Amino acid sequence: MADDFVIEPLPTYLEIPAVKADAMRGAGPFKSNAEFQNPLGFPGEKVDNWQQVAIDKMGELKSKYRSVQVFLDACVKCGACTDKCHYFLGSSDPKNMPVARQDLFRSVYRRHFTFAGKYFPKLVGAKELDDEMLDDWYNYFHQCSQCRRCSVFCPYGIDTAEISMAAREVMDSVGVGQKYCNQILGKAITIGNNLGLPEPALRDTLLDLEEEIEEETGVAVKYPLDVKGAEILLITPSADFFAEPHIDGFIGYGKVFHQDGVSWTMSSYASEGANFGMFIGSYDVMRKAALRIRKAALDLEVSRVMVGECGHAWRVAYSFWNTLTGVGAGAVANDEFALKLQNQLDSRYPQPQHIIEYTHNLIQQGRIQFDKSANDERVVTFHDSCNVARASNMGGIPNGQFILPREVIKAVCNNYVDMQRESIMESTFCCGGGGGLLTDDLMEVRIKGAMPRMQALKAVEKSDAVNTLVAICAICKSQFSKVLPKFDFDPYMIVSAHQLVSEAIIMDKPQTDETEIKTEIETEIKTEIETEIETEINDKTDETVKID
Amino acid sequence: MYPVSIIFITLFYISLLIFLVGMTRKIVQYWQTPVPLKIPTAPAPLTRSGVVLRMLREVILFESLFKASKWTWLFGWLFHIGLALVLVRHLRYFWPGDLPEILLLTQPFKYAAFAFVIGLLGLLGRRIFVDRIRYISAPSDYLMLIILLIIGVSGVVMTFTDNHTDIIMVKEFASGLLIFDWVNLPTEVHFLVHIFLAFLILAIFPISKLLHVPGVFFSPTRNQVDDSRKKRHISAWALQQEQQNSVHLGEAIGTDGTLETAAEPQTKG
Repeated sequence: MADDFVIEPLPTYLEIPAVKADAMRGAGPFKSNAEFQNPLGFPGEKVDNWQQVAIDKMGELKSKYRSVQVFLDACVKCGACTDKCHYFLGSSDPKNMPVARQDLFRSVYRRHFTFAGKYFPKLVGAKELDDEMLDDWYNYFHQCSQCRRCSVFCPYGIDTAEISMAAREVMDSVGVGQKYCNQILGKAITIGNNLGLPEPALRDTLLDLEEEIEEETGVAVKYPLDVKGAEILLITPSADFFAEPHIDGFIGYGKVFHQDGVSWTMSSYASEGANFGMFIGSYDVMRKAALRIRKAALDLEVSRVMVGECGHAWRVAYSFWNTLTGVGAGAVANDEFALKLQNQLDSRYPQPQHIIEYTHNLIQQGRIQFDKSANDERVVTFHDSCNVARASNMGGIPNGQFILPREVIKAVCNNYVDMQRESIMESTFCCGGGGGLLTDDLMEVRIKGAMPRMQALKAVEKSDAVNTLVAICAICKSQFSKVLPKFDFDPYMIVSAHQLVSEAIIMDKPQTDETEIKTEIETEIKTEIETEIETEINDKTDETVKID
Repeated sequence: MYPVSIIFITLFYISLLIFLVGMTRKIVQYWQTPVPLKIPTAPAPLTRSGVVLRMLREVILFESLFKASKWTWLFGWLFHIGLALVLVRHLRYFWPGDLPEILLLTQPFKYAAFAFVIGLLGLLGRRIFVDRIRYISAPSDYLMLIILLIIGVSGVVMTFTDNHTDIIMVKEFASGLLIFDWVNLPTEVHFLVHIFLAFLILAIFPISKLLHVPGVFFSPTRNQVDDSRKKRHISAWALQQEQQNSVHLGEAIGTDGTLETAAEPQTKG
């Protein structure tokens, strides 16, 4: 991939490009090294007998995942998926067609695991896993955001995400990992969040935010941390603490909690909703990251676990947490591991619950009120984030994951329009930055992959003067902030759903609230203890100085 | 008995055996391979009956393919429905003795052969003329279509032109295969080609992309109920890992303490 590349002007209609072989050929994202590989249990560099290790790993994965085994066998090359990937539509590289991407993996599977591929490799397109193939794997499996759009259209439901996860796991097992994901995972499983933010820094950040909100609104919205016995444990992507526009949505969550008067907390031990373990396809690493949430829920004795606006985090939470950690319901009677937590959680609520489900519920019950005119300068559209749209549900009703966010948005603003039907809901186009691709060394892929979404956005900008794009995913928000200006949009048009909520919510709750008092006391105690410790340390330092 | 009859009888049993053994093995393999995670793709049914309906729409109407590409759907569906009807009509050849009433009603299904052939021609055309599909096609993908086309065309020739075969002989031969009462078969070339390629398809079924037939029923994105918050789904290997505490927090987080038990083995990965 060239460092300088041309960003084509957006087409009026999304056209299927003619294939341009090797258009996105390249070295792929920065590779990981021992420092980031070893903590995850992967070799630090490419192992000597890597081919054998890789083939063995493929065999293991296809025997552990029915998806991998069935998807490798079932494809008939009908071509239904060939025009469905945003990276292909944006780059024309045929290896970005879902089936061709899978075929990088499938051709090796055929060579080593099938009769036809062993004896008639040319006939069935079976190939050896050599250095060139591995380079293609590394490059093109990091041009897949695991958005699953192809899976919607495949007559057999073949999900390229499953294949790209498997391929990444095989590559990790031979010591060829991606730096971005693995470095972040190291921080997530040792410190508790992707930023590597330790407890004191997080606490400071939250205190600053509380001050800021109080100054601005006059309301003492609290951001409790490590409050034992709180009702709700909020697990949100750590980008919410700092990044723009995420933090404005984070302010929105706080205001909603405040207005509802519910007691809630975050955990400094599990201060991350994102779980990149899914991106690298490792069940074990994903589980390790998720187990911190289980531990936090048990330690803090909460009765509800809630998830902030984050796409893949919601997939992991909604679809996988119950499996990985027991955060959920419906464990069988002898399942001690899951029941230990499930007996503690309040079965009247879905576990885990999405913040959108929570806010939606409050709106339905009339427990929060809005001044919709606060968002009157906005004409809003909603970007369905792929993992929410295609791999989760909300509200327990069919298609709830499409309905609930839209209802929340419509409850807080007057001007809403949807983008073209074929670019939203289950057919939504990825922002271009999902699946572990949100790194500057993949900027060309990200910009080209954003094209189909940008095209659909341009259409509603023209027809309805849309000036606000709402997403409920931390990756989408970061990605859009970066790519919007490349397509002549205002980078600040991307906002959280809860930013709109935050702007419109009427904060009329009396200020003397039990939760606040409780939190205040907690903070006071903390401060006292900290002061004491500081004094002690100072005393000791003084002593040392004296001895010297 | 003619040698050619002996050859074809042998070929039939060999290909049938490969088909039955191969398919059983693949289906058992799919059945036994665990599904560690819930991965249904939207729009995912929330109930078991919803999944049954989804699967029926998928295998009868090709719902997802319809969403994806109308042309591929049209040709693909014509081909498959044509094949299904023609196969049902072929039962009359394998039915020993007089046909039951219901099989007599399948007489008009012979026209489905045209849907079969037109569908295949469409699919072959797409494979040749659409650059994306040409790119993803291996020689075997063309070969498969060509084999099926030859089967279809030779069948049409026998049914709708003057090149009829002795249909009584065909029936005696075919039904004889099932009741092990072997007789000579007609030896017109188009008939021999027709059944030879049909046997071939049977034999390559378990080692080719024809595995999409059992595969679709085992596809987790299509056959799972979207109820992950209500029911704990866990595979055998994951449960074993969980019970052995083989993935634990203690190792990575140092002094922060371990999750369930203090005295767990410190294993890598």
